[in-house]
Amino acid sequence: MKKISLAIAIAASAFSGLVFQASADPVDEKLVIDGQEMITRAPAPEGHPFDEVLSGWLFREAETRAAEADSFANPGMLGVERGEEVWNTVEGTAGKSCASCHNDAVESMKGVGAKFPKWDADSKRPIDIELQIDKCRVENMGAEAYKFDAEDQKAMTAFIKHQSLGMPVKLDLSEGDMQAWFDKGKETYYTRTGQLNLSCASCHEGSMGKYIRADHLSQGQANGFPTYRFNTGGLVSIQNRFRGCIRDTRAEFPKAFSDELLALELYVTWRGTGLSVETPAVRQ
Amino acid sequence: MATPKPRVKVPKTATAGEVIVLKTLISHDMESGQRKDKEGKAIPRQIINKFTCEFNGAPVFSCDMDPAISANPYFEFTAKVAESGTFTFTWVDDDGSTYTDEQKIEVK
Repeated sequence: MKKISLAIAIAASAFSGLVFQASADPVDEKLVIDGQEMITRAPAPEGHPFDEVLSGWLFREAETRAAEADSFANPGMLGVERGEEVWNTVEGTAGKSCASCHNDAVESMKGVGAKFPKWDADSKRPIDIELQIDKCRVENMGAEAYKFDAEDQKAMTAFIKHQSLGMPVKLDLSEGDMQAWFDKGKETYYTRTGQLNLSCASCHEGSMGKYIRADHLSQGQANGFPTYRFNTGGLVSIQNRFRGCIRDTRAEFPKAFSDELLALELYVTWRGTGLSVETPAVRQ
Repeated sequence: MATPKPRVKVPKTATAGEVIVLKTLISHDMESGQRKDKEGKAIPRQIINKFTCEFNGAPVFSCDMDPAISANPYFEFTAKVAESGTFTFTWVDDDGSTYTDEQKIEVK
């Protein structure tokens, strides 16, 4: 009898919209990478649904957090090192490497990772770091654009973003049509898709801090991408993450760098305004 | 897969008897043999199956690895050194390749 009444109680709570949950809070710890303290909590920008934006690092297990805090133990740094090699490698018909024009990335790329996506006047759309690399390769180096998620594309993106480690994310929405793209991205964020009928906000806004099965839901911030995931043993790009999330709602997912996902990248990156760039972050 | 690249971190100096921390990381896919490619054929196993660390020829740490170890295996362990010398780190691949790294430490 007791069993039956328990079952009824669970069913009733499910019907009343209360999801059976183990609630947990993000940790109250500081992230220091090689002696530099990261901003993992920042006051939200105007118009943001939260009061405070939180880094995904605060939501992870102690071992995962420790791996990110030590740049030697962080396997994502293998990608960053590979990116540095690519930076100095001559490719394409112009006989140039990235370093031929941009010299030392430590100087020239500092702060870049905190400002993208930004407006690209030539293509009249926002451009993220992956697309900026491709643009440089095609227009200046006479090399081919990377295939989506090629190892070197992820490595280069991680290397460039890593030069802004610790710097707060700040986008410029005043240029070009950035505001219209921002609005488009926001609409995508709140649009439910798939057989599971979930929007980004269903998990990362409405259920932030709760558990979805064994996974602790964060705010879904973009500041640590490309991130190293133990799950796949490699770097994961932001566009790949979006596609994975949409796939998990059992919807068809848009192409990488499509207008839809580019707008979403812009909007989601804005939602992390003020957080430090953590690339390469480490996740489970 | 790109050629695996070992990285190790050993303090440059230590005092005699001090407990020092050694960290190692090697880039490797650690292909388990359980996965299939797009045509449904099994991808053959290729992992690093053994890791050893020696100090001046004497064993410090060693272990065997099995297919459940994830990509880019990371080991962190401690040692005491009584004299200056060289740590030698060796990783053994399923295909017979070995990857090594050496680091000197000065005991003051």
